[in-house]
Amino acid sequence: MSPLEVLWFFLVFVLIGGYFVLDGFDLGIGVLFPFIAKSEEDQAVLRRAIGPIWDGNEVWLITAGGALFAAFPDAYATTFSGYYLPIMLVLFGLIVRAVSFEFHAGDPAWRKVWDVCFFVGSLLPALLLGVAAGITFEGIPMDAHGNYIGVPLFGLITPFSLLCGLTGLSMMMAAGANWIALKAPKPSALQARCAKLGMPLQIVALVLFVAATACVFLYIHPTMDPALNALRWIFAALVVGGLVVSMFFSKVNDNDLFAFVSHSVASFSMVALGACSMFPNLVVASSDSVGPNITLMSAGASDLTLFCMTVILCIGLPLVLVYHVIIYRTFRGRLTQEDLTEGAY
Amino acid sequence: MDLFSDVVFLSRVQFAATIAYHFIFVPLSIGLGLILAINETRYYRSRDPRDAAATKLWVKIFTATFAIGVATGITMEFAFGTAWANYSRFVGDIFGAPLAAEALFAFFLESVFLGVLLFGRNKVSPKFYLVSAWLVWVGSCLSALWILIANAWMQDPTGAVLSSDGTRAVITDFFAAAFNPMTLAHYGHTVFALLVMGSFVAMAVSAWYMIKGKNTYFAAKTMRIGAICGIVTCSILLLFAHMAAVDVSVEQPTKFAMMEGQYDTEVPGFAPFGWVDEENGDLYAPINIPGVTSFLATGTFDTEFKGLDALSKEAPYDEMNVSELPVNFIFQTYHIMVIMYGAIMLVSILAIIFSFRKGGEIQHMKWLQRICLISPIFPFIAIQVGWITAEVGRQPWVVYPATSAEEGVHLLTADAISPSVSSTELLITLAIFFVVYMVLLIGWARVIGRFISEGPVEEGGKENVPA
Repeated sequence: MSPLEVLWFFLVFVLIGGYFVLDGFDLGIGVLFPFIAKSEEDQAVLRRAIGPIWDGNEVWLITAGGALFAAFPDAYATTFSGYYLPIMLVLFGLIVRAVSFEFHAGDPAWRKVWDVCFFVGSLLPALLLGVAAGITFEGIPMDAHGNYIGVPLFGLITPFSLLCGLTGLSMMMAAGANWIALKAPKPSALQARCAKLGMPLQIVALVLFVAATACVFLYIHPTMDPALNALRWIFAALVVGGLVVSMFFSKVNDNDLFAFVSHSVASFSMVALGACSMFPNLVVASSDSVGPNITLMSAGASDLTLFCMTVILCIGLPLVLVYHVIIYRTFRGRLTQEDLTEGAY
Repeated sequence: MDLFSDVVFLSRVQFAATIAYHFIFVPLSIGLGLILAINETRYYRSRDPRDAAATKLWVKIFTATFAIGVATGITMEFAFGTAWANYSRFVGDIFGAPLAAEALFAFFLESVFLGVLLFGRNKVSPKFYLVSAWLVWVGSCLSALWILIANAWMQDPTGAVLSSDGTRAVITDFFAAAFNPMTLAHYGHTVFALLVMGSFVAMAVSAWYMIKGKNTYFAAKTMRIGAICGIVTCSILLLFAHMAAVDVSVEQPTKFAMMEGQYDTEVPGFAPFGWVDEENGDLYAPINIPGVTSFLATGTFDTEFKGLDALSKEAPYDEMNVSELPVNFIFQTYHIMVIMYGAIMLVSILAIIFSFRKGGEIQHMKWLQRICLISPIFPFIAIQVGWITAEVGRQPWVVYPATSAEEGVHLLTADAISPSVSSTELLITLAIFFVVYMVLLIGWARVIGRFISEGPVEEGGKENVPA
């Protein structure tokens, strides 16, 4: 177990966490879209609230995928080929979603089609990425080379992985409601609706999270290294704390920014909790598996590759953070009437 | 063999179809990104609302195209893991890093500053807006750089050795792997072809307005931008194309022999067109100028190149079965690319002459306008068949045993698939791909058609005509 392998194990999860926090809220908005937009104007607010940023948010997924490929090729190969159909459904979702923004703007006659694409394209990844995480926690049957040998698609989906999927989905939907509460013009009916919607969604997320975590702690990965176990408890507490604080800020203080931020802390902690529960495994082998667990030692790329990747990340990540500061600062604050009428759309 | 149950065949079809589709929109967005940035530079200097309207039109066209590029690009990034798991295991030590670098250095840059272009006209300073336009284009060129570094390594896997258990390539030298003998020409050849594509689309849109007699100011200005970019990029393209061909002749002897339809060891001549009889291993070419290809590749008229029959008898090329190679196919795709280049050069020369002569004579030349209108088909075909030549030409290997690569660092395509993915799953996803990508194509065509027919209209609906 080289230090670089350990570093990249956690870096991959940091990238996944970045994705869950950032793309999480705009996927959540896509899922909420048909339910909270009561008028054309509401729809315009929802689209404009994520218009300039969703694409950058999605790049976190591509970066995480690329980093997994580069740092742990065997884990990338096993998961992506093993979860073939669910991954393809995620892809088809992301594909139709990506075009739905621009095509909606440019094609009034087909607007309904692109609205449906926006919704379905958000729902599929929002649900299935959590399911994929759950499958990886629980373990899959592999042959000696790490190839999945179970039943495709429905053999993968278990009650636990579905629970993880729903947890992720509800977290994203709550984040989406929080983001709209933060960005929509105030006072407006849409803003009030979203501010109100945050709390019930977060309660659902909390309940699902506690159930999923109980499964992990009691039944899936019960025994752990004490230090990691302590970290697990800390992150679990941060998830619960983040969600409770977020509800407090939105209900009592009426502070939408802090509500959104503490929800994001909860989301990120959830991924960190996953990382601690998995360490040092990347893909767990189920009891009926022929091959062993895929770990950061067995799947790790050579130290030279990991070193090059570290250099690339040390240059790239600060730039990425600067870009994010630029874009979020440029489009800071609540949307105004001018925002909704100007721009390319 | 039944093709519908052949996992290797279906995996190849899926990758080829999705990458070819992706490679319709990427050239457009990289090419048009340059036109957009040049136009915004003009607006930054002129502050003429007609130029602002032009930028807005290009931003809209660019974004709709870019969106499909992004959407279909995610497919490609994941396709290595989904359908090519054994490939991913073999190349993971080298191939993943450029993909991650592409996302970090290029995708974030493009997507963030495109957000500024779309929504930030009144939120950022004019200078910042201009810089954003250029950064979007730089980002798209950087993304091409990293993905072509990855692809060039598949063509020429230097800087790596075979692991002791023989199951994977292990990196020994990062720079030798990233900048192998083929990378530079591969990149230059591809990117300049994409820029030609953008220039020709700019000319085609202008020609359309000239034919319709609309937006005459925009049409005249954009025709000139397109014509200048066209002649410059296709001249530089020739240089890189030549370099790329020389690289192939040195590094990839079997691909070179397929491009020339050469079964026997001989001095390759130059046949502008022909037909390969694969059964008897002969090339029928009515015109075959002796020694010319030899001269282009090596500088001498009498260098012998080994034919496919001789190559197939020596390691590592003895893994290939000459009778199964798509020799005629590669001969044709390569030669169509060359013929298309001729058409591109001709249109470029006509466009540059007549968009500047007598203050833009092209505005009265219906025949040239019509040629310009259809002209994007030439780079479009050239790009597709060129890419097919590069990729199908390296078969039966997915990682090609190039001359400068270490012994053993190569992988047959048939050994690269995902053992856990069945033909049924591939057929299901192929069917979904077909439906989704068709809907995307129709949606894109509708949107672009609408943008172009609306035209570069200023706020208040003023048409884009000379003052």
